[in-house]
Amino acid sequence: MTRTGDELRLDGNAAAGFLGELFTFDITRATATCDGCGGSSAVGALVLYAQEMGAVLRCPGCSHLLMCVTRPHGAWWIDLRGVRILRVAAP
Amino acid sequence: MTERAPRIPWRTAEVLEVVAETPRARSLVLRVPDWPGHDPGQHVDVRLTAEDGYQAQRSYSIASPPERPELVLTVERIDDGEVSPYLADEARPGDRFELRGPIGGYFTWTSADGGPLQLLAGGSGVVPLMAMLRHRARRGAPAAARLLYSSRSWETLIYRDELERLARDDARLGVAFALTRAAPPGWTGPRRRVDADMLRELAFDPAERPRAYLCGPTPFVESVATALVALGHAPERIKTERFGPTGGQT
Amino acid sequence: MITRGFRGKRQSSERIPPGQYVTNDFPVLSAGPTPHSPLATWSFSLEDATRHELHRWTWKELLALPATEIRVDIHCVTKWSKLDTRWKGVTFDALLAAAGREPPGAHVMAFCDGGYTTNVPVADLRGDKGLVAYEYDGEPLPPEHGGPARLLVPHLYFWKSAKWVRGLRFMDADRPGFWEAHGYHIYGDPWKEQRYDGD
Repeated sequence: MTRTGDELRLDGNAAAGFLGELFTFDITRATATCDGCGGSSAVGALVLYAQEMGAVLRCPGCSHLLMCVTRPHGAWWIDLRGVRILRVAAP
Repeated sequence: MTERAPRIPWRTAEVLEVVAETPRARSLVLRVPDWPGHDPGQHVDVRLTAEDGYQAQRSYSIASPPERPELVLTVERIDDGEVSPYLADEARPGDRFELRGPIGGYFTWTSADGGPLQLLAGGSGVVPLMAMLRHRARRGAPAAARLLYSSRSWETLIYRDELERLARDDARLGVAFALTRAAPPGWTGPRRRVDADMLRELAFDPAERPRAYLCGPTPFVESVATALVALGHAPERIKTERFGPTGGQT
Repeated sequence: MITRGFRGKRQSSERIPPGQYVTNDFPVLSAGPTPHSPLATWSFSLEDATRHELHRWTWKELLALPATEIRVDIHCVTKWSKLDTRWKGVTFDALLAAAGREPPGAHVMAFCDGGYTTNVPVADLRGDKGLVAYEYDGEPLPPEHGGPARLLVPHLYFWKSAKWVRGLRFMDADRPGFWEAHGYHIYGDPWKEQRYDGD
């Protein structure tokens, strides 16, 4: 079964359950500014790769790596290197 | 360090009823104790456990509006899938499985968000959009709405009768189907994939500044989003939910 | 809680490492978009630790090197294993021989289009254990599976078989590549179930 890999990409929505185990708020509604291109997106609109290994979230505009979150044996390794700023609205 | 309770805990859902939608899709009406409510567009994670402890987990969009006490999921069977064959074929009333939610507050629409509401569905991507339309109908919401729903054939259209009835009873709701592979005799609607011409004809004009929600297989979502932006729709008024290559969770 | 009537579609096999299930699919897993490097400008390099280029091959030059065909089982850390996969490519040994070099370091970092990296000990590439593969199942390697060429190190978890590989950078000391720096095991032996850091 061959498919173009890019058909498999999802968006941040699909990582909401996984990330919901870590963050006390719904991060898919937060806005992330890309450190690569300066564009801003809701985390739910970021492009999600490698869902089976964790969550690799990239900028929909420039593909820059914004976040990589993995869960080895229940621990969390959280890489937010590509997020210049993350804005979470007041509840 | 004390572990805090999960924000979205696993609950046990019980199948109350099974409703056949199409030859490949059916809806599961579930009772979920202590269900906290949801916004149309949100989804749940379903977790199945085999006798040897093996677990599989997939996400499914909620088909029911928040006004309904039961939770409804609509599942299309993916050939060679792992979880969908169980939900689409095997599960029967009385069965129970683990479920957590609601998940995902980005891809949501409630009547308070207003319109015009432009919905674009590819295949099983119609499920979360149906929750929005059902909610809108229950609210008697004044926002004008249009659904353009692309499916392989007349037979694979999920909720077809209900959608036709909703449109017939509501002058401010337009529903159009685009069939991509096979059409019934006498079909006068679109017989191809959604493209810019079809959007020009059937979607709200960009000048009306609709809120657009796109859901379905990734290639569908990406090509339609690109077409909408090319037509002049503001990217920030377009929300997408990609379902991956098969258009549904396997 | 056990879900009545759910079995999942996996099969187990004695031939595969612990915790794995056999699949007939070939799942695609990527950390980023599929790159599309034109073959006319594609190259594969060996570099030393200072990124000084030791040798470089164009696509045509790589294909002209002595090729090896192998049939191996592959094991993904996400638990699927695929049996009897057929590959063709150039072994690490053949690359060194063609470059006329001994490895200037005991480890390599494989680097790829799109920025992916993974680290592998030189000892795990020599002796036909690693190759730069450009054919899968008798056909040119498709882009979603790493084409035009990927590193193939089948005795380690498949994240080490870096897709879209463009070269190997020798290092004296082991350093984590992309997944290794995000909690996955620095070495990744599936037979010892070294999935995560510390396993």
